[in-house]
Amino acid sequence: MKTRTLTIRVDALARVEGEGGITLRMKNGKIVDQQFRIFEPPRFFEAFLRGRSYTEVPDITARICGICPVAYQMSSVLALESALGIEVSEPVRTLRRLIYCGEWIESHSLHVLFLHAPDFLGVADAFAIARQEPEVFRKGLELKKTGNEIVSLLGGREVHPVNVRVGGFFRMPSRQELAPLGEKLKRARDHAMDLAGWVSGFSFPDFSRGYEFVSLSHPTEYPMGEGNVASSLGLNLTAHQVEEVFVEEQAPHSNALHARIQGREGYLAGPLARFNLNFDRLSPLAREAAGAAGLRLPCTNPFQSIIVRAVEILEACEEALSMVECYEPPVGSEVPAVRPRAGRGSACTEAPRGLLYHRYDLDASGLVTASRIMPPTSQNQKSIEADLRHLVESNASMDVERLTWLCEQAVRNYDPCISCATHTVRPVSAKAKAKLET
Amino acid sequence: MPGTNTESDEAMPSSTKPKLAVWKFASCDGCQLTLLNCEDELLEISRTLRISAFLEASRDVDDPPYDISLVEGSITTPEDAERILKVRKQSRCLVAIGACATAGGIQALRNFADVRGFAAAVYPNPGLLHVLEHSTPLSDHVTVDYSLGGCPISKPQLLELIGALLRGRRPHIPQYSVCVECKRAGQVCVLVARGIPCLGPVTRAGCGAICPRFGRGCYGCFGPKETPNAGSLRHIWEQLGITPEEAGRAFRSFNAWAEPFRREGETRED
Repeated sequence: MKTRTLTIRVDALARVEGEGGITLRMKNGKIVDQQFRIFEPPRFFEAFLRGRSYTEVPDITARICGICPVAYQMSSVLALESALGIEVSEPVRTLRRLIYCGEWIESHSLHVLFLHAPDFLGVADAFAIARQEPEVFRKGLELKKTGNEIVSLLGGREVHPVNVRVGGFFRMPSRQELAPLGEKLKRARDHAMDLAGWVSGFSFPDFSRGYEFVSLSHPTEYPMGEGNVASSLGLNLTAHQVEEVFVEEQAPHSNALHARIQGREGYLAGPLARFNLNFDRLSPLAREAAGAAGLRLPCTNPFQSIIVRAVEILEACEEALSMVECYEPPVGSEVPAVRPRAGRGSACTEAPRGLLYHRYDLDASGLVTASRIMPPTSQNQKSIEADLRHLVESNASMDVERLTWLCEQAVRNYDPCISCATHTVRPVSAKAKAKLET
Repeated sequence: MPGTNTESDEAMPSSTKPKLAVWKFASCDGCQLTLLNCEDELLEISRTLRISAFLEASRDVDDPPYDISLVEGSITTPEDAERILKVRKQSRCLVAIGACATAGGIQALRNFADVRGFAAAVYPNPGLLHVLEHSTPLSDHVTVDYSLGGCPISKPQLLELIGALLRGRRPHIPQYSVCVECKRAGQVCVLVARGIPCLGPVTRAGCGAICPRFGRGCYGCFGPKETPNAGSLRHIWEQLGITPEEAGRAFRSFNAWAEPFRREGETRED
């Protein structure tokens, strides 16, 4: 159908975090406009972080996202510790990875079961799954709960935990406090394997593009809180070099900046990128589950990200279990003495949805003078739009209703977090944009 | 409130269940996520109430009216100021959930800035901004039937509220301070025993006094309690060696726009 003219428009996307929509226009078989619109109001975090003490930052940045507050706290404390020259102890490192595992389990389970699986089953929501496949729903919910229990145990509550600080934790748990997680994580691990098996049975649209995959990469660990920024086209940077290579641009239809690597098109961050760049650092169990679920390297079909998420849940359960079993609390002082000093610090961590970059400039008394936050969803916007374009072009004969749902599903492949993406920035209307350009 | 006897799964056909709607304005999603985080109760909730509009969880939206609307987020744009009026018209009972909806949230920090200077620092062309000068709570725009404070709201309070509304009684949401919860939990007072600055005495209960349990002072995320004496607490903080600037900043967080936190935050420039 080379001459088709159609418009696909979703005013408010369901089953994503935050407020966004999509518009695609095809004229005589050619896409003339594709927009992943973000109209969530901006909240100006970088502006009001100015003048706040480094001690206050992790609690403030957590509020950028209620689904991945740990990611924001982790990128914040690591960047601030880099600015202040603080080294944390091994038990602190372990507990940070453990609480991050909790968030991955919770956030991925939410996405797989509640936000994404309904698309593959052709139902409106996870409550329909609860009726059709109660056992799958129950196990998925138990997985999500286990993730939340890790975050609660270490952080005090699931959303906006209170225990994370620059230098470590306000209070480190004892071995005995962590012990009950062991049995739960063993069950969760089984459920995660079942979940990976379940989602691998879905039917996946035959879809792929040439992607540049971008994620952290660490020599020995599956990336979460440490490592260099790497890409499938050979990028290899420290966090301090990120702003030299990545640029953010305004688009008139979005309240979030679009990120891009200088001189290149968009790239893909998130589970698919982590998986493709770090497969050999997954645990043997997760690698085996990935193979059994039919994943091959590289996985270039974004619709299969739901399988990768299930594999990452398994990885997080497996790692969390071993951390709980091996944990030794620190002896002596829990948090190193901090002497404020002027400086700049940057850090990247892997939020469930992808790379999350933070940079802070501090003055001599430890107050923030400037900051920059680059969340995963603003990085994925270009890739989302390119996917939509290719999807509509290659399915031009499909009826509009089905194609619209497929487009929604394609956006949800990225688990977009729109509240994150609009944490700050310059909301400019199309008219304003035109004016700015003249 | 319609529908009271909803214990059994199939006893009530879907069409006669009370209709629940969940709305989002400027916010982080954490309060509506709290509903999905009720893992043990979620199935029961979905059997008892018809989830009629909850964009984060479902593609299906029923026509209004809705029996209960849970509203997250603050009002920050002209479009949202219109949209909340519509939500109010469509809702029998409107509940503001969380610090954004009840107090303007962390984004209300912009309310204190010289907006023009502030905007000029961030925007290439501040004259073209399409946002309101202030981030304001829902109650500045519409009548709010019930409010749950907190950043985020507490799960037990949310369940208490939904249960009470279904049974046609007033929800029991205490307005006393975090100190009451902290004492009941048998925790040692971090302010008195360890000299740690704590906002517990002026902050509303609901979280379960989590911060003192982790050896840190309360940072006020549930907002002001009834009749708080914030000035007196501030005086005690200063005796601990906290500078006026630090004390002022402590009041300027997730409930900065709620009195009397607003006033205490402002006195830092004195």
